[in-house]
Amino acid sequence: MSTEQPLPVIDHDSAPYWQAAHEGRLDIPLCGDCGKHHFYPRAICPHCHSDNLNFDTVSGRGEVHTFTIARRPAGPAFADDVPYVVALIELEEGPRMMSRIQTDDPEKVHIGAKVEVTFVKASDEITFPYFTMT
Amino acid sequence: MKNGRDPVIVGLADAPIEGGKFVTKASVLGHAALVAKAAVEEAGLTLDDVDGLLTAGMWGVPGPGQLATVTLGEYLGIMPTYVDGTNIGGSAFEAHVAHAAMALREGYCEVALIVYSSDQKSLRSRNLGGRPSVLSMQHETPYGMPTPVGGYAMAAQRHMHEYGTTSENLAEIAVATRKWAQLNPAATRRDPLTVDDVMSSTMISEPLHLLDCCLVTDGAGAIVMTTAERAKDLRTKPVAVKGYGEAHTHWAIAEMPDLARLLPAQKAGETAMKMAGVSPSDIDVVEVYDSFTITVLLTLEALGFCKIGEGGDFVSGQRTAPGGAFPMNTNGGGLSALHPGMYGIFLLIEATRQLRGVCGDRQVAGAETALVHGTGGTLSSGATVILQKD
Ligand SMILES: [Zn+2]
Repeated sequence: MSTEQPLPVIDHDSAPYWQAAHEGRLDIPLCGDCGKHHFYPRAICPHCHSDNLNFDTVSGRGEVHTFTIARRPAGPAFADDVPYVVALIELEEGPRMMSRIQTDDPEKVHIGAKVEVTFVKASDEITFPYFTMT
Repeated sequence: MKNGRDPVIVGLADAPIEGGKFVTKASVLGHAALVAKAAVEEAGLTLDDVDGLLTAGMWGVPGPGQLATVTLGEYLGIMPTYVDGTNIGGSAFEAHVAHAAMALREGYCEVALIVYSSDQKSLRSRNLGGRPSVLSMQHETPYGMPTPVGGYAMAAQRHMHEYGTTSENLAEIAVATRKWAQLNPAATRRDPLTVDDVMSSTMISEPLHLLDCCLVTDGAGAIVMTTAERAKDLRTKPVAVKGYGEAHTHWAIAEMPDLARLLPAQKAGETAMKMAGVSPSDIDVVEVYDSFTITVLLTLEALGFCKIGEGGDFVSGQRTAPGGAFPMNTNGGGLSALHPGMYGIFLLIEATRQLRGVCGDRQVAGAETALVHGTGGTLSSGATVILQKD
C-alpha cells in the first residue's frame, strides 16, 4: 500500500467506528428502537429515524454482495495495488459496507463468497477493516 | 385541457466541438454565455427577456462555481427573478426542465434559460482520483474505489449475477450507439465499432471495458422554455413538456438500495409518464443517459420498456441501432457523440431536435413523443421528461 493512500477525515459520527477498528473490533451502530444495525454511522437511524443508537461489536463475517477488480487505479496512490478488488460486503448483521478483499488471486473473488474482517493499520490513527475469503 | 401557461421548449443551442474540444476560444463561462445567447436568439428573444435562470456545473469549485446561478447571471449581465441551481449530477437538467415547467405554470417566470458548460477536456481537469475522504466518502475513497466507473461496474456485476446479463449484451449498446454517431456529423467518435472491439478493449473496472465508458469531452448547451401562449409570437415551433419526474436514493454506492435495479428511474419514469398520460409503448424516440453501457440497460428496465432482468435480451440484435425497432440515443450519446462531465442537457437538445424533425440522416420518421431520462452521480439520481410535438 502506498503511503499516499487517502485517509478518512474522522468526524463525530464516525469516531467510535474508527477507534474500534484501530483496536481490532468492527463496531457499527445498532438502533435501540427498531433493532437494526446500519452503516455508515449516522446520528439517526436511517431505517426508523430514531436517535436511540449505540455502537455494537459485530461478527466481522459476511459475504461479497458485489465487487469490481480495478485494472486501473483510482489515482496515483493506488497505482502499486493494481489489480485490486473493491467490494461491497454484506455483513451477517445486515448492513453493506465497502472494503477491499485481500487476495493473491482477484479472479477467485465471486458474488456470495464468504468473507471475514481483518484489520490493516494505515497510520497512527487509522486502521482499515479489510476482508479475506474464508 | 390545454392551457396558455403550459410549458414549452422554444430555443436550443450547443457549442461546436472538434476532437472533443471546443472550437471557439472562450472560458467555460464564455461558452455558457455563447450558447445561452444563441438559444434565446433562435427563439426570437434576447437575454434581457430571460427572468428564469437554471444551471448546474462543475466549474469554479471551490470558488465562484459554488454559487453557480449567481456567477452565471453576473456574467450574462441579467437579474433573474427565478433561479434553480439544483445539482443532482448529470440528470440535473431534466430536473431543471421540471422545475422551470412548474415556475412557468405558476406565473413565477416567463422565459426560463437552462445552461451547461464544461471545458474538462481542454483543461484536462477531469479528476478520477476519488472524492475527498470526508463524511460518507470516508468509507469509500480510502479503499481505492475507481470513481465513477467502479460503482457502475459493481452494478453490472450484480446484474450479471442475478439475470445472466453478459458483456456482449452491454457491448451491443455501445455498437448501436456508434451507428447513430456515424449519422451525426457533430459526433466525436464516428469510426466503425463491433461487439468484439468493445469486448477486447482495455478492462478498466471489471466487468466494464474502456468502450463501455462514455467519452471525456468539452461541451456546452442551452435550452429556452416559455409558455405556450408566449411561444405563439416566437420564431420556432414549440415542443411541449408534457410530463416530468425526479428521484434520488444514494451517492455512496454501498447505500444503493438494489444494485441491479434503478429505483430513481422507476420512480421518476412512473411520475412523468402518468403526468403525460403515456405508457412506454407510446414513445417514438428515447434519449437516456449512457455514462456507461450498464446505465442504459438498467434505465430501460426501470422505465418499463422491458421487464426487470430482461434488458440484455432487449438490446440484443442491434435493436437500438438506426433501423432497429427501438430508436435510442440518436445523436450518438455520451458513448460516441460527447460527454462533458454532465451530459443531461444534450439528451434534451437531441430529443427536441427529433421532435422538430431537423435531424437529417438520423431523423426518426414520425417522431411525435420522446422520453428523456437523465441519470446522475453513481446511479444516484434520475429525472424523466416527456416531450411532445405540439
Ligand atoms: Zn431504527
